Amino acid sequence: MSAARNSTATLHISTPEGVVFSLPLAGPVTRAIGFFIDYAVIMAVQNALMFVITPLAIFMQDFGAAAGVLVQFMLTFGYAGFCELLFNGQTLGKRVMRIRVMDERGLRLRPSQVIVRNLVRIADMLPMAYAVGGLFCLFSRRCQRLGDFAAGTVVVREVKATAPDVEGVLGGKYNSFRAYPHLEARLRQKVSPDEAQLALAALVRREQLESEATIKLFELMATRFREKVKFPDEADFGLSDEQYVRNVVDSLYRKG
Amino acid sequence: MIIDLKRFVEKERPFWQDLERALDRIQAGTLDLSDLKESRRVLGLFQRACSDLSRVGQANAEPELRTYLEMLVGRGYAEIHSAQTYVRRFRPVHWLLHTFPQTFRRQAWAFHLSSTLTLVGMIVGGLMLVLDVDGRRVALAPFQHVAMQTPSERVANEEKNYKENSHRVSEHSGTFSAQLMANNIGVSIKAMAFGLTWGIGTVLILFYNGVILGAVCLDYMLDGQTVFMLGWLLPHGSFEIPAILIGGQAGLVIARALIGWGTRDGIRTRLRLIVPDVATLIGGVAVMLVWAGIVEAFFSQYHEPVLPYWVKIIFGTTELITLAAFLLLCGRNDKSQPVSA
Repeated sequence: MSAARNSTATLHISTPEGVVFSLPLAGPVTRAIGFFIDYAVIMAVQNALMFVITPLAIFMQDFGAAAGVLVQFMLTFGYAGFCELLFNGQTLGKRVMRIRVMDERGLRLRPSQVIVRNLVRIADMLPMAYAVGGLFCLFSRRCQRLGDFAAGTVVVREVKATAPDVEGVLGGKYNSFRAYPHLEARLRQKVSPDEAQLALAALVRREQLESEATIKLFELMATRFREKVKFPDEADFGLSDEQYVRNVVDSLYRKG
Repeated sequence: MIIDLKRFVEKERPFWQDLERALDRIQAGTLDLSDLKESRRVLGLFQRACSDLSRVGQANAEPELRTYLEMLVGRGYAEIHSAQTYVRRFRPVHWLLHTFPQTFRRQAWAFHLSSTLTLVGMIVGGLMLVLDVDGRRVALAPFQHVAMQTPSERVANEEKNYKENSHRVSEHSGTFSAQLMANNIGVSIKAMAFGLTWGIGTVLILFYNGVILGAVCLDYMLDGQTVFMLGWLLPHGSFEIPAILIGGQAGLVIARALIGWGTRDGIRTRLRLIVPDVATLIGGVAVMLVWAGIVEAFFSQYHEPVLPYWVKIIFGTTELITLAAFLLLCGRNDKSQPVSA
């Protein structure tokens, strides 16, 4: 197992199975916003508990004051660790910001790591306003603050994890290029994997693009593909640029 | 190589979904990987997903598919490769009676160093008191109630106004106890966390605590109030002082891992190896300081004639001997491998 980070703040982990997967790392700004949300939650919980404790203090002054001190201490030191242990590396602030604490080797977070990363926070906060932790995070290869460094953890961004609807793009559509298998074979030979990937990505994401940008993008792509292989006019007749690119992608990614 | 993506997704999707369901069940605790048949099935699904990711990577296929498979493989990797460590659940009693003292002994070198630093501080604190008139004021600055009067004056005051003092103490003992716990645990956490300054912060905290402790002790001894001082400090100090020393021990363990003496491992490996020990030490410190806080607020602050000094001294000495026996002897016969927390 090895891990390294490239310039786009990604942690690459190679498994004993010989596969490399990457985890996008959360930057200092995202983490700071998450921290402020957590701070607001701590204040809100503290005030809510004080609301309960204060009436108690009328009858049991000593008990009420003691409970107040302990609640404040436990929330300050325990809130983040408790949440991260219970909710798979997430506090409420991290959940809102869609980030998560993970072991830097991609393994499951250990309770000892959660304890150490949260207690070392006291050093990250020095001399004020998280200056040490913030600077360390800014210059660290893995965007780690001191606590993360000591505990061997990283904070990663959660990305959408559903299989793409490739079937919706490639399936069930008539492709006029199929009548010319020799030209399809030449197309597979001439189109590079990067170009093929770009065309497929454009089709999968077409709904997310502005309409003018969609037209322009497919026009550019169709022109490029037309230059590579010339299909007969009857195969090309009446096809819009987008349909042309769809046919090309179907020819590239379909076999047999 | 451009794979037949549509057919590939159609064929493999059921296996991916099966793996997703299995991983959800593992996270929810409803799937037991100690069942050989189940673990083989999950491993097979994971290896298949790995193979799919490898194929998709080589084929330069759709990035969303690659991202999806990376997330799936990442989740599977975390669950499958961490599984062995989590067979045994955390057992608090076993942790306190076995793991904590075993960890303390494993890192005993750091406790010795922590004690030595405090001892040096105590000597310096004592010298400040003996050699310089202002030394007393400086060394005892954090304790104004001690610095403002001589030990004899304080003892006379405590014993003369015992009724008022006892009433005052008993009225606020809960709050005082909570404040002591919070403050002392905070100091121990600092002693641990500042190990990340290559131990400089930890050394300063231990030394400074030693200076104050040495000055206070010698101040009372020179004024002929040794019995009062022992009766006052021993009941809670027998847990509080060792607890702070153990906090310093944790900090020095971190510092050594940072510096890297005696090992060829890289810095990340060194830190990874000591993290469970550091967490165990600081957890033990918290337990000890809760006890010390209770004793200090509800026992240590009562003096003669309410509570004879010999009772307090015997109580404190018994605590100290029990703590030493606990740390040195508990868990010695435990042959099981330590569980990484």
